[in-house]
Amino acid sequence: MNRFIKHGLAGVALAMASSPLLAVDGTLTIVTSYPPDTTNTFKAAFEKKHPGVKVEMLKKKTTAGIKYLQEISDNNSADMFWASAPDAFEVLKGDDLLVKYDVKVKGIPEKVGSFPINDPQGYYKGFAASGYGIMWNTRYLKAKKLPIAKNWADLKDPVWHGHVGMSAPSRSGTTHLTVETVIQGMGWEAGWAEWKAIAGNFKTVTERSFGVPDGVNSGQFGAGIVIDFFGLSSQASGFPVEFAYPEVTTLVPANIAIVKNAPNQPAAEAFIEYILSSEGQELLLDPKIRRLPVNPETYAKAPADFPNPFKDKSIGAAVKFDLGLSKGRYNVVNSLFDVMITYRLDDLRDATKAVQDAEAAAMGKSNNEANALIEQARALINQVPITEARASEEDFAGIFKKKRKKSTDTVTGRQAEVEQEWDKQVKANYAKAEELAEQAQSLL
Amino acid sequence: MKLNIAVVERGPMAIGLLIALFLLLFLGIPVAKVIFVAFQDPNTGQATIINFVDFFRNSLFRESFVNSFYVSAMSVVLASILAIPLAYFTTRFNFGGAALIQTLGIIPLIMPPFVGAVAMQLLFGANGSVNLLLDEHLGFTIPFMEGLNGVIFVESLHYFPFILINLSAALNNVDRAMEESAQNLGSSGLRLFRRIVFPLALPGYVAGAALVFIKVFDDLGTPLLLNVNNMLAPQAYLRITSIGISDPMGYVISVILVAFSLLALWVSLLSMRGKDYATVQKGGGGLMRRDLKRWEKLGCYAVVIFILLLVLSPHIGLLLLSFGTIWSFAVLPDAFTLEHYYTVISTSSQYISNTLLYAGLAALFDVILATAIGYVVWRTKLVGRKWLDYGATAALAVPGVVLGIGYLRTFHSVEVPIIEEPLASWWVIIVVAMTIRRLPYALRACIAAIQQVSVMLEEAAENLGATKGRTVWRILVPLMSGGILAGFVTSFATASVELSATIMLVARETDAPLAYGIYEFMQSASGRGPGAALGVIAVLFVGIGTYVSHVIIERTKRSREPKPIVSEGVPA
Repeated sequence: MNRFIKHGLAGVALAMASSPLLAVDGTLTIVTSYPPDTTNTFKAAFEKKHPGVKVEMLKKKTTAGIKYLQEISDNNSADMFWASAPDAFEVLKGDDLLVKYDVKVKGIPEKVGSFPINDPQGYYKGFAASGYGIMWNTRYLKAKKLPIAKNWADLKDPVWHGHVGMSAPSRSGTTHLTVETVIQGMGWEAGWAEWKAIAGNFKTVTERSFGVPDGVNSGQFGAGIVIDFFGLSSQASGFPVEFAYPEVTTLVPANIAIVKNAPNQPAAEAFIEYILSSEGQELLLDPKIRRLPVNPETYAKAPADFPNPFKDKSIGAAVKFDLGLSKGRYNVVNSLFDVMITYRLDDLRDATKAVQDAEAAAMGKSNNEANALIEQARALINQVPITEARASEEDFAGIFKKKRKKSTDTVTGRQAEVEQEWDKQVKANYAKAEELAEQAQSLL
Repeated sequence: MKLNIAVVERGPMAIGLLIALFLLLFLGIPVAKVIFVAFQDPNTGQATIINFVDFFRNSLFRESFVNSFYVSAMSVVLASILAIPLAYFTTRFNFGGAALIQTLGIIPLIMPPFVGAVAMQLLFGANGSVNLLLDEHLGFTIPFMEGLNGVIFVESLHYFPFILINLSAALNNVDRAMEESAQNLGSSGLRLFRRIVFPLALPGYVAGAALVFIKVFDDLGTPLLLNVNNMLAPQAYLRITSIGISDPMGYVISVILVAFSLLALWVSLLSMRGKDYATVQKGGGGLMRRDLKRWEKLGCYAVVIFILLLVLSPHIGLLLLSFGTIWSFAVLPDAFTLEHYYTVISTSSQYISNTLLYAGLAALFDVILATAIGYVVWRTKLVGRKWLDYGATAALAVPGVVLGIGYLRTFHSVEVPIIEEPLASWWVIIVVAMTIRRLPYALRACIAAIQQVSVMLEEAAENLGATKGRTVWRILVPLMSGGILAGFVTSFATASVELSATIMLVARETDAPLAYGIYEFMQSASGRGPGAALGVIAVLFVGIGTYVSHVIIERTKRSREPKPIVSEGVPA
């Protein structure tokens, strides 16, 4: 840690001494998924620093932004892509739509938590870190007499039934990371069982990742699984909510990159340098933005309760995140989550409720037959259609990738075909589990 | 003989071809460029229908199909219950504030994206104002917003204006002499409505009901807002946006949506076949509006006020949200402020002017196209004329995101000559997208209007020596004006909050419309208030526009009305 700081200090001093501001001008077009609180703040500050440049922020959802850059690539008019999920940048990199850039600013460490900050190949740069956690509505908890949940396991408690919200990993890259983190941390079977136990208490799986903080803020559900800045900025906006990092979480960098054939590359470079400079990093501490700076120095200026992952090693350090493993089964995990949880939420919820009720009834009694039935029901709910090894098999995962680059390429199997098999099994399992749990209940 | 027809129809044929070309260029080709994936084997790239087989083999998709159908049908029923009394009372009786009621009745269509959803949840959600109050005072809650019934509830509130507008226009067009005859023969009350008025206004009702059905069937926003995934449109959307643009299933569902919408339309046309709804006299020429007895009036007002309160509740919620500071798990916001409006006016006024320009142009093009299509379909015998109608209506079922991507794909390499910019990033493309997406609304309204005009009136004009063009301009269009206005208003109102296609096409923030601005605000916790304020401003602008056009229509109608010689039922 200290080494990083020393390094950082020296680096910043060096950078400030050695790089005179290059004069840049013209329009800088940035495709971004960030809200105006973030973009307006950076736009104003950057334009002040470089009076010749006019920044144009083009707001697109991350997925739409990728699509947009792909479609306009033969006649590119965008300079930069600025968004959270590292995998979005991986897609663009894979399509050869980004250019490498060597950052001049010094003082940014290599890793935050166990995650590398920058793309090892140099195509995109992390400018802030974010981790997943739990946010809750204090009024809601008080009214419904719910305990505070700080760890994933707390959300499994039957008292939380119908009070939890989350987005689907296929909808949001950072949600995906959370799902993957828990699975890696606990193992394939146990990890999925954990997710299903939590999901059995879900009120809803929201379509947008912002739907979760929105739901907690307005009191539609009591707790949500969200990325930190949603929780922290909601709190800063005055909503009666709080946020905590569970023990098992991963910190991931939010990124920025220069688009290939950018009309105004010099300005794009200047923007990267600015956002990584100590001045730019400090802007992240703004209560409406609230992201974790990647420059450890900046935390000296943060408010007292601001989480510091470079000091507080408990954040994001419990899991050694295996990027390769995650990447290899990325789409399989998304699809499994959707088939088992998102699209069958009602069935899962009913089955979970039945099991929870039976367990409550069995409490303190020793009816072996009933206990066996309950256990069987749990096992049915927890069953995952494929093994961990299968999920990572290249041939199998390939079905979900759909990367037929040339018209001569072929892959075997169709995603829809596989999913339909899973769906049949999952639906039958949930129905059977509910039946067994009810049977157990009737014995008690 | 054959040759003669050809000569007479040369003009309409040219118009028909032009429209067909426009539809092909801005709807057919862009959509085809995207959805051909549905017919492609994902593994080999060969043409196949295996993806459709996969669709029907999957129980989730089958379930989604049934759910979508059920929700659409029930929404039509509920929307009719809301719309028919409003339409009948305000067009048939001397009723104070009829124009105001008609205007307020249209406002639900202008449900700004995202903020509308939040407002609904804050009012009707499991822990919304209504349920918090119920729970506190009566000890129970009603799951308004849960599951399929929640979808039906919200959809009916949102889309019932389609029936209201089209039915009102139709009721105004019915020859009142028919009603007068029925009344003279002793019919009144419900029987009069059921046997005479409603059947004569049926084209308008069917037009509206078909729109509601198709719209609900294809609607994405509401199921997503309620997080109901097992319906067709959300399945298509979720698959396209999460698995990716090359996943065939999303497009298979889109194709099924388009096909089913066309089927619904065809059935609605079938149900009216062989019946003649045209009356020679237009409304306003016959019977004066009737007066209501005192207690009848009270009853009607009670019904109208109840319906209005219900359908306007989302906007009441929106208003509270825009003035509120923090609103969380409470019946009302904690405190009230004007700050959100300052924020919006100081930072976002360009969104408002852009929207007025784009939606106004789009609605104008829509009614011109719709009138032309209506004319070609109902007044000529051109081969394949019905396909213009089907083609334009198919736009209803094309997901906005598909159209947006199709435009990028098709027009990004097309440079606009003078401004030297790709067509896909010129603001005009946003207008075109809105025009295409909202054309079906204007089309249904205009077609219903033209069906109610007797062709004899045009023949009479032509016999007196008027040219075809003059006949259309001086006879047909004025007689259709109610329907055209209804079409303009629906297109304008809904275009002003269009998001899914425009968000793909906005290339510069300065070109962005209001829905985009709302979207932007709604990405952050602190943006909820300003987003709601922007939504309220949108609703106000469209509402004022609608009210003014009603007043204008009423005034021109009155000036055309013959003075009654004997006025019956003089108010006491």
